[in-house]
Amino acid sequence: MAPENLPWTVVCKTAEILPGTGVCALVDGRHIAVFRLAGERYHAIDNIDPRSGASVLARGLVGSLGERVVVASPLYKNHFDLNTGACLEAPEHSVRAYPVQVSGDDVLVAVS
Amino acid sequence: MQIPARPAIEVMREAPVRGRAEPNMKIIVIGHGMVGHKFLEELQQRQLADVEVTVLGEEARMAYDRVHLSEFFAGKSAADLALADDGFFAASGFRIRLKSRAVAIDRRRKTVTTLAGETLAYDKLVLATGSYPYVPAIKGNDRRHCFVYRTIEDLEAMQASGKLSRSGVVIGGGLLGLECAKALRDLGLETHVVEFAPRLMAVQVDDDGGRILRSKIEALGVRVHTSRSTQEIRDGATARHRLVFDDGFHLETDMIVFSAGIRPRDELARENALAVGPRGGIAIDDRCLTSDPDIYAIGECAAWREQMFGLVAPGYEMARVVARQLAGESGATFAGADMSTKLKLMGVDVASIGDAQGKTPGCRSFRYADECKQVYKKIVVSADGKRLLGAVLVGNADEYGTLLQMTLNGIALPADPEFLVLPAGDGKGKPGLGVDALPDSAQICSCNNVSKGDICQAVAAGATSIGEIKACTKAGATCGGCVPLVTQVMKAEMARLGLTVNNHLCEHFPYSRQELFHLIRVGEIRSFDDLLARHGKGLGCDICKPTAASIFASCWNEFVLKGELASLQDSNDYFLGNIQKDGTYSVVPRMPGGEVTPDGLIAVGQVAKKYGLYTKVTGGQRVDLFGARVEQLPLIWEELIAAGFESGHAYGKSLRTVKSCVGSTWCRYGVDDSVGLAVELENRYKGLRAPHKIKFGVSGCTRECAEAQGKDIGIIATERGWNLYVCGNGGMKPRHAELIASDLDKAGLIRLIDRFLMFYVRTADRLQRTSTWRESLEGGLDYLKDVLIGDSLGIAGELEAQMQHVVDTYQCEWKTAVSDPAVRQRFRSFINSEQPDQRIVFVRERGQIRPARAEERALAAADPLTA
Repeated sequence: MAPENLPWTVVCKTAEILPGTGVCALVDGRHIAVFRLAGERYHAIDNIDPRSGASVLARGLVGSLGERVVVASPLYKNHFDLNTGACLEAPEHSVRAYPVQVSGDDVLVAVS
Repeated sequence: MQIPARPAIEVMREAPVRGRAEPNMKIIVIGHGMVGHKFLEELQQRQLADVEVTVLGEEARMAYDRVHLSEFFAGKSAADLALADDGFFAASGFRIRLKSRAVAIDRRRKTVTTLAGETLAYDKLVLATGSYPYVPAIKGNDRRHCFVYRTIEDLEAMQASGKLSRSGVVIGGGLLGLECAKALRDLGLETHVVEFAPRLMAVQVDDDGGRILRSKIEALGVRVHTSRSTQEIRDGATARHRLVFDDGFHLETDMIVFSAGIRPRDELARENALAVGPRGGIAIDDRCLTSDPDIYAIGECAAWREQMFGLVAPGYEMARVVARQLAGESGATFAGADMSTKLKLMGVDVASIGDAQGKTPGCRSFRYADECKQVYKKIVVSADGKRLLGAVLVGNADEYGTLLQMTLNGIALPADPEFLVLPAGDGKGKPGLGVDALPDSAQICSCNNVSKGDICQAVAAGATSIGEIKACTKAGATCGGCVPLVTQVMKAEMARLGLTVNNHLCEHFPYSRQELFHLIRVGEIRSFDDLLARHGKGLGCDICKPTAASIFASCWNEFVLKGELASLQDSNDYFLGNIQKDGTYSVVPRMPGGEVTPDGLIAVGQVAKKYGLYTKVTGGQRVDLFGARVEQLPLIWEELIAAGFESGHAYGKSLRTVKSCVGSTWCRYGVDDSVGLAVELENRYKGLRAPHKIKFGVSGCTRECAEAQGKDIGIIATERGWNLYVCGNGGMKPRHAELIASDLDKAGLIRLIDRFLMFYVRTADRLQRTSTWRESLEGGLDYLKDVLIGDSLGIAGELEAQMQHVVDTYQCEWKTAVSDPAVRQRFRSFINSEQPDQRIVFVRERGQIRPARAEERALAAADPLTA
């Protein structure tokens, strides 16, 4: 689907996310973790950690492992690729990744 | 002696082990000491089918480490010294009978009878009865408060007597006698050693070495009396006993310990017509067989070629030989043992190698003595000057490993052998042996018979740290004397294989935590971006970010949620609470020393009630409140702060609690104010960020109700001041803390704790508790003492200053967080909604909340994932 046809939702202002951290947004009842990385790069994945069932991934530490940009779950430290949602340690625990864009100072996520 | 009323059983028949049929070999081991247990371990490793193994132990305990017996007085418990436990017997299927003394062997019917009257059948019998302490036939040697030094029960009796004594005498100035003198000194007694020979450790060292050793021991406050023969012990005038010497002089003391050598426990052999050696000991051949082809003898009870071995290594070797024999390796033989030893007596290094006394015909020696530093070194070389025959080292035994290997492997001496023992000078470097020169067969660890080849194999198989080498080869795991050499061999082999010792923190920083600490401190780096730009690569990760944050906090102690620092913190530090399995947090207000007023307790209770939190009293003497959602945290803190509480740092890798007993204020046994000290210490060190959490305990007397010896820092009050113990741990791998200094006043105590903590903070690895840090420190406790008390690195002042900075810049993180709107607005479940996280669901149990399990949650609320 072309980006303009995605169901974009404004979740917050860029300034509301401390660089190098994430926040959790509620979009259509879904918990979405939205991360702001250095260089104004944004990522969004499910916030619920499949291993624990807790809504916590936005509170994990972000970083890189090799070429991949990842977040580590704060509960069991399993890593999720921020571009794909893939769980590096246990692929069966992978989550969804969502398109994100910044418009002006708004951060938008597309959940479909 | 009383014989329990129990019917004699003709031949014990027990259910076959693990459902096996009748075993085809029954093995009985008499004696469960170090060597007896080593035999069992060796046997277990070989996994023999159809054997039934029963061990009879005379003592009430399973085998324990007699080599390190004196550590009992430095804080180790019987459990710490244990070598075996029920798990070993469960796993091996071997049976053990404790307090079961063998009194007779019927060699014709092949049975052993115990004191209780049981008769057990054997096919093969292994005698590992050990030795007993020799007590010279002196009149009065059986008086009360006279002891021997062999079993844990002996030590307990000494300890009890020590409490009623001011002074103690050890009769015997040999290796064990000096160990024993250390024990008496640790008990706080005025300590004397009385030796018949003209010098201490007459077997291992020569006259010159003995002289230096004596002056070093005397400098430690132990009085040494050589060439003294005790004739009689009788009532003293100023103390309990008077020792009367043959020259008419006398010495008075409250307590006496005999340590005048050991004698083999060979009575079972003598009574059953097994051959014994001319100087005693059960005679064995190269296969460790006695004169009965079904009976073996191993360890200190055995005499091989008329020689007895009072060291553990030859006993272990005999144990291996017998296990191999029983496994069918008929070629396994005992070929004698090297009696070289290296030990540290009261902090004094003493080593003796091979022909230390220079008895080989035609041999010549090189000696070096430094009476200022009190170091003595001698090497004995062959008549042709080509081979090293022996050595004596006193005061510094750094060359032990090299010299031992040169002696054992017949390695050609360098042209100027004197440089082997001379201090390294400007002109000429010390000729290193270089472990490359050693053959693969060179035995590196004699206790566990580990060769250079074994270590190299372990390295090739992936072991690249001394801990891993110890675990898989057992090299260095018994007496530890060979650890420096094992390390050298390991490093050389790793270099040969092109491996590097990789202690890098993570892929982003090619440095260890200790190196990173140094870089941050010296480079005055205060931000992660700066650190990454100067020393790292990539974006960082969940390993290096919190590590850097912790180091920043230890060095500069800025508010942990200030600006960029916040993005480096683990969820716990970011939300200043402990994350729980459902994503809620727990909140622990600080209660220094476990002291809390009724009003304080009520306030905590009211907060818990208001927010519906689950409440539990912690092991660290405070209260933990569970089930707070992120948006509730600032509200909860505000109320706790208003009631006078501060953050308890339960979430941080930092000082947790200082646990205390009630102390002299209330307790009728207390000798000092443990609560007062605990409160003061907790307030001093609160907020200190470290490689891992730190726990303290302060006990007001030696009853130790605060369990201080199970803490990173333990303090116990004595009549003369505070005793400081360090590096203890409970948890997964319990470790008793070790006494590092005694009878300190408060200022001295705090100074030493400052130094200790900051040294740990600087040098430990990430997530390394003080106990594992201590285990990995080369040089161990003595090294720690050198650095922290002797200031051998010259950093004591710096460590104290750094700690003072942390103390002076303390702030309550909750207070700072709630008063900073930018920080406070981060505490919300959703960035775009005020509603709470509906996935957090509690159910009630025992009158309080607990997180709902998945199936309970599905019932309670629609699951947004499946909705």
